[in-house]
Order: sequence, then structure tokens, then C-alpha cells
Amino acid sequence: MKAMRLRNNLIIAVCLAVLYFGIAYAMKQRMLSSFHQVNLYLMGINIIMAVSLNLIVGFTGQLALGHAGFMAIGAYVSAVMTLKLGQPFLLAVLVGSLATGVVGVLIGLPPLRLRGDYLAIATLGFGEIIRGLLININYVGGAAGMNGIPKLTTWTWLFIFTVATVLLIKNFINSSHGRACIAIRENEIAADAMGINTTFYKVLAFSIGAFFAGLAGALYAHYFFLIQPQTFTILKSFDALVMVVFGGLGSLTGSIIAAVAITVVNAALQSLGALRMVIYALLLVVVMVFRPQGLMGTKEFTLRTLLRQKGGSGLHDYRKQVD
Amino acid sequence: MITVNKLTKTFGGLTAVSNVDLKIEKGELVGLIGPNGAGKTTVFNLLTGVYVPTAGEIIFEDKSLVHLKPYQITAQGVARTFQNIRLFNSMTVLDNVKLAFHWHDKYSLWGAFLRLPDFFRGEEKMDEAAMELLKVFRLDDKAGELASNLPYGEQRRLEIVRALAAKPKLLLLDEPAAGMNPLETKELMALIGEIRDKFDLTILLIEHDMSLVMSICERIYVLDYGKIIAEGTPEEIKRNPRVIEAYLGREA
Amino acid sequence: MDLFFAQLINGISLGSIYALIALGYTMVYGIIQLINFAHGEILMVGAFVGFFAIAKYDMNFFAAMLLAMLASALLGVIIERVAYKPLRNSGRLAALITAIGVSLFLQNGGLFVFGTNFQSFPQAFPKKTFQFLDGMITITSYQILILVVTILMMLFLNYIVSYTKTGKAMRAVSYDKDAALMMGINVDTIISATFAIGSAFAAVAGVLLGLYYQTVHPLMGFMPGLKAFVAAVLGGIGIIPGAMAGGFLLGIVEALVSGYWSTNYRDVVVFLILIVFLIVKPSGLFGKDTGEKV
Repeated sequence: MKAMRLRNNLIIAVCLAVLYFGIAYAMKQRMLSSFHQVNLYLMGINIIMAVSLNLIVGFTGQLALGHAGFMAIGAYVSAVMTLKLGQPFLLAVLVGSLATGVVGVLIGLPPLRLRGDYLAIATLGFGEIIRGLLININYVGGAAGMNGIPKLTTWTWLFIFTVATVLLIKNFINSSHGRACIAIRENEIAADAMGINTTFYKVLAFSIGAFFAGLAGALYAHYFFLIQPQTFTILKSFDALVMVVFGGLGSLTGSIIAAVAITVVNAALQSLGALRMVIYALLLVVVMVFRPQGLMGTKEFTLRTLLRQKGGSGLHDYRKQVD
Repeated sequence: MITVNKLTKTFGGLTAVSNVDLKIEKGELVGLIGPNGAGKTTVFNLLTGVYVPTAGEIIFEDKSLVHLKPYQITAQGVARTFQNIRLFNSMTVLDNVKLAFHWHDKYSLWGAFLRLPDFFRGEEKMDEAAMELLKVFRLDDKAGELASNLPYGEQRRLEIVRALAAKPKLLLLDEPAAGMNPLETKELMALIGEIRDKFDLTILLIEHDMSLVMSICERIYVLDYGKIIAEGTPEEIKRNPRVIEAYLGREA
Repeated sequence: MDLFFAQLINGISLGSIYALIALGYTMVYGIIQLINFAHGEILMVGAFVGFFAIAKYDMNFFAAMLLAMLASALLGVIIERVAYKPLRNSGRLAALITAIGVSLFLQNGGLFVFGTNFQSFPQAFPKKTFQFLDGMITITSYQILILVVTILMMLFLNYIVSYTKTGKAMRAVSYDKDAALMMGINVDTIISATFAIGSAFAAVAGVLLGLYYQTVHPLMGFMPGLKAFVAAVLGGIGIIPGAMAGGFLLGIVEALVSGYWSTNYRDVVVFLILIVFLIVKPSGLFGKDTGEKV
């Protein structure tokens, strides 16, 4: 058992190394156009967004529609750190993420008493409030936003942060604390009766998710060097939610695959102009109608299933915790 | 061990439980019976903090349980099962049990994130303890299955295992044999007696089937229309005219 | 004081429109528990139908509105049948995502077909200004029109829901779908009818919105749709009088914030009110609190 885990981890590590060095080499040789590079970075950022939102929505069962608001906080705080205060990149990223995590606790605490659709609307409202406040703060450029943020998100940092996010969230989910979150999704009353402080774990999942969304925002700000309140509309929250649901609620690998796939589809449709979003939306509806449990359901795509084709646990719909 | 005084719960204008007094000594196996809708499950929900009592007090080991949240009451040493099974369906049988270890045996959050040694130690400890409990209820060979894939009788048993994993001193069983066939029921009842001795428990159980309660409980409370109408040994209860009326009057 | 009355009247006009949108939102939510994010886009389509009918075909204002109602009702029913009905048993999140998908589809379809420019809505109705109390209160004929149309529509809805067979069936379905089915109510038909009525109301709101702002645009429905949903929640989701009250409340608050403070803070205040409401009284102004049964 232990030997197999070690072997699997080794295989994954080798694959990641090949991916990292392969792309680093390709960049060095100028084999990637700037269009490809932009989408590569978006892929990493989208993976972080989707995986962190899945922790809240898919694993803990709390429907949240304000993820873009968290991304905005991370982006703005980190940009202020580097652009206005002249702090180093890593510190800026850390402070941006932590600040977002703290905001996650503050705004998560009251509405997490709410259930289902009410929580969804409250978080949607929070996202809009954050955006509305940013428009009104002149220090960060108001509606025009912040321009000229140093381009410090390198491929190496993007890669490290993306892998670390996935790894940390995976570790969390497969721990006693993660089980507590999943138990809340499965049956909140029973979880409570088994000694789980459900409010604590909901807020915890919410703030961990917020922390990583803030990280995504910080990476975004320091690659695209321009951030505006308009960047973080509810559409961005929808985007992240679409990836989570598309990949399967409660499947981390599903979220990763969906984030990559949706970024690719978006890029491929770019040349179509206005028609792009029409097709994207249509695709979304079609996938939902024909495969509402998402690509992976709650299953994970593991090396074991790949190597031995052993059947998984079967498909599970989103439990109706929302009622 | 637990003393309940004048416990009352009203919903809007409806009084579900009214002036209920209960007293259970350590190590007792007590039954709570009554016709449908008598308020038995409401009493459980009050004892475990799902509902806040309108009036009255609940003293468990010299400490009031009123206004504590369900998870805090569990931490005081009271665990329960549910009449309508509430398992974590898409978690494995093993994980269902391990979840209940969380409040008393958790390791640090950092250990979880970074896979520090305390994570591995903690998980190993939980695995072992959970498997041991599952063995008592002959569910150990199903540890890897999803809870929702278990047959009904085993789901009921898993609910009890999960409650035991929460390390209760007082165990509340809400119709543990509901929907089981006579043979399964008999086995389960024997098992309940066994676990009381093995885990040094005090048990309060709700049951519908009179003959079963009579066979294993030492003392019985009878609830009707939210009021305790009788209390005593099974023999006394059997002969009590008010109990006979409550049951025969409406259920015969 | 002038400013107060001016903003109050603006707020009532805007609130009427929100109320009309919120009614559709709340009816749909009441019957299938879905936040129909595409509702704002149904409004937009209605506004465009009205716009073309008046601008290109010189139709009478009220005839154009009727046509818009028919078109939107049809669209609403089609959306429900094609996109939502297959998902009725697959969990609410899948349906919610689908609604977002439909919303994006219509927005971007609109941008593709109608272009990204604002089109100016014809002044299909004579615009006059009336003054009362020595000019303290100024009301335009548009504002009167909006209010009158809204009140008529609400009376109409009240008639449908309270006195017609369809309306009674709608209430039965929203109360208990399975029981309604057993009583011989054709649940599918009733859900379609709800979408048709709700969408027709959205079309009226769309045409009025076009007239009020004198423009139409493919993205015009999204924000008013969202705000109207907030209004529906404030009033108590699924409750018809609640949606009306919530709509008026929201419109007036918005107008007063814009008038006395800044339009930039309008949306912030609206969503803050929403959150305060959700925390203090999540069931809304007219709602009853319900808990989960154990």
C-alpha cells in the first residue's frame, strides 16, 4: 500500500517536472506565442479559482456566487503592495491572499447561517459590494482601476502556486478536517450531532477558499498589469462556478480538467468574436442538460483508476443540502 | 446521570412536549415509548440541542445542557442516532465512523495541510479505532463501501457505530430497530445490551415495538400527547391502565 | 424638499419597473425553486420586440407592448421546456448553472444580432410635464404611464392568481407539486403557464424601461434583473405582494441614494440592504420563517 502510494507520487512528480521544464524550455526558445502564453497563465489562475471554489461549493455544500469579489481583493491588495508600497512580489502575494482570507471570515460569518439559495444571493451581493466599493476608492484608481502593475508573475511562480494550491486543498479534503466539511454537505444535522462545529467548518472552508481566490487575484494582477473593478464582475464568479459544476461538484481533478478545458475552448473560440460567448453559453447549457452531475461527478481521476481501470464509486448528484 | 425537569416545548400554539420529568442513573437501559406523535423524537431533539426548550431544565452530570449547541452537547458525552437514517451517504462506511472521532481525536490543521507526522499518526489511530468498532457490529468487511450502498439493516447498525465513535456516556437511540425484520431486531437488541456493558454506557431508547422494549429495558417511561403518563419496570407498565388505554384506545 | 419629491417620484417609477420584473422572478421561484437568471434577458428581448415594432413598423405603443408580451411569453416557455425541464430532478445547482448559461446565451446572442450600440427608443408616447404645488412636484407623462400600467398589470395578476383555474392550480403546484399532481393538475402545463405570465410581465417592464431610459441594449436586462431579484427576496421570495413591495422599496431607496449621495454608491447600498435583510429576516418582509424538520 505504502509502496504503491510512493510509486504513484513519484509518477505524478515526474509528470509535473516534465510539464514544468517542457514549458519553461518552450518559452525560452520562444516557441509559444503571446496568445498561447496568456492562455497558459489563465489556465493556472482558473485552476486555482475552480479548485478553491469547489472546496466551498462542492465539498462543503455552500453555494457561493461571490468568488470574483475575493479575487478582486487579492488582486488589489497585492497590487497596492507592489505598486504603491514597493514591497517584494512574494510578500505582496502573501499579504493579498491573507487579507482575502480574513475578509472571507468576516463576511462569511453572518451569512453562513443562511442556507442554499439565500447564501448564494448574499454572496452574490457581497461580490457586488466589493466591486462597488472599489469603484469609489480613488486611492486604487476608482473605475479606471490600477495600471502599470509590475509583471512579476513568472511561469515558475505560477506553476508553484498552482500546484501548491491543488496539493494543499487535496490534503485538507483528505483529512479529518476535510471530512468534517464533507459531512456538512452530506447531512448538516447529523454532522452537528456527531460533534462537528458546523459553523466553524463552514467559515473555515469559506476563508480557505477565499485565501486561494485572493492568490489567484494576486497572480492575475501581476501578469496582466491592469486591474479594474470591471474585471471582477459577477460574470467572473459565474466562470469559476461553471468550471466547478462542469468538472463535478466534489471532484478536484474534475475542476482542474474543466478549468483547462474551458480555458482552451475560450481561446479556440476567440477568433469568432461576438459569436464566441454565444457558443460558450450554448455549450454550457447543453452539457448541463445532458450531464448535470458534471464531467466527473464526485469521483476523482487517479492514477489507480488509470492504471488498473478499477471501477469507482458510481455517480452522485449534488446532495440536496440546499433545501 | 441525567435529570430532566419540567421540560416543555411549544411550536407556535402547539405544545409538543409538556412538563416532562426524566431521571436516568448511570448504567441504566431505559425505554421511552408512546403512540405515534406522542413527542418522543421531540424529547430527543431537546436533549441533543436540535431544539431549544421553551421551559424546563436538562442537567447532565451536574451541568445544564439547555442552550448548548448540538456539537457541544456531543462533547459533554451525549450521542444519538436518528429515526430517519442520517448517514453521510457519499462517504465510505469507515469515513462515517471516523468523522465522529473528529471532536475528541483531531490533529492540527497544519498537520492536515502539510501532511505532518501528526496527520499520519492521527489517521492511523482513527482507522484502528474505527475498524475495531465496526467489528463489534460486523461491518468491518464493508468499511470501504459507500454508506448509501449498505442494505437497510446495516445502515441502522452503522448509525449506532457512528454514535459510539463519538465516545458518549449517554447514548440515545431513536427507534434503532425500525424497519428491521424480527430476526434482525432480536440480534440488535442483544447487541445493545452487550455494548452497554462493553462501553460502560447509559442508554435511553425510543421504540415502537412494545414487546422488544419490555424484553431489554429495565425501566420504561411512557409518553402520550407530550406528557409522561407512566413510569416503571416493564411489569408495572404492562399492567398500568393508562398505558393500556393510550395504546389500545387509539392504536388497536 | 424639491429634490426629495423628485427622487421619490423617480423611485416610484423605477420601483414599478422593478416590481414588474420581481413578480416574474418570484412566481418562477415559487413554482420550481429556481433563480431564473435569464429573466432579465427575457425582459431585454421584450424591449427589443417593442422597439422594432414601434421604430420599424410604426406600431401603436400599446399594440407593440402586447406583441412584446407575446414574444417574451413564448420565449419563456421555450426556455423552460428546452433548458430547465430536463433538469427538474437533477439537483438545483445544475438548474442554476443552466439558467446562468441561458442568460449568457441571450445576452451574447443579443450582442451578436443587435450589435453593441445603444439604440434609441422612439418617443412613442407624448412626453408632457405636469407640475403640482407650485412646482414642488414635477411628474412626466412617462412616469404616470409607468405607474398606471404597473397597477393595471398587478390587478390583472391578482385576478389570474385568485380567481382563475390556472391561478389556483399555480398556487397548488407551488405549495406541493406531488399533491397537485395527484389531484389531477397537469403540473407541466402550469409551470409553462407560470413562465408565460412571468415573462409577459418582464416584457412590459422591458418596454417601459426602454421608454424610460429612451434606449435599448442587449445587456440592459441583466442589472435590473438582478436588482429585481433582490426586490423579490426583500419582499419574501415566492410571495406576490412581497415582490411588489420589495420592488417599490428598492426603487425608492435607489433614487434617494442617487439623489442625496452618489449614483456610485447606489448598488452598494442596494446589496447592503439585501444582506442585512438576509441576516435579520431571511424570509423577507412578508415571509414566514421555516426550519428543517428533524
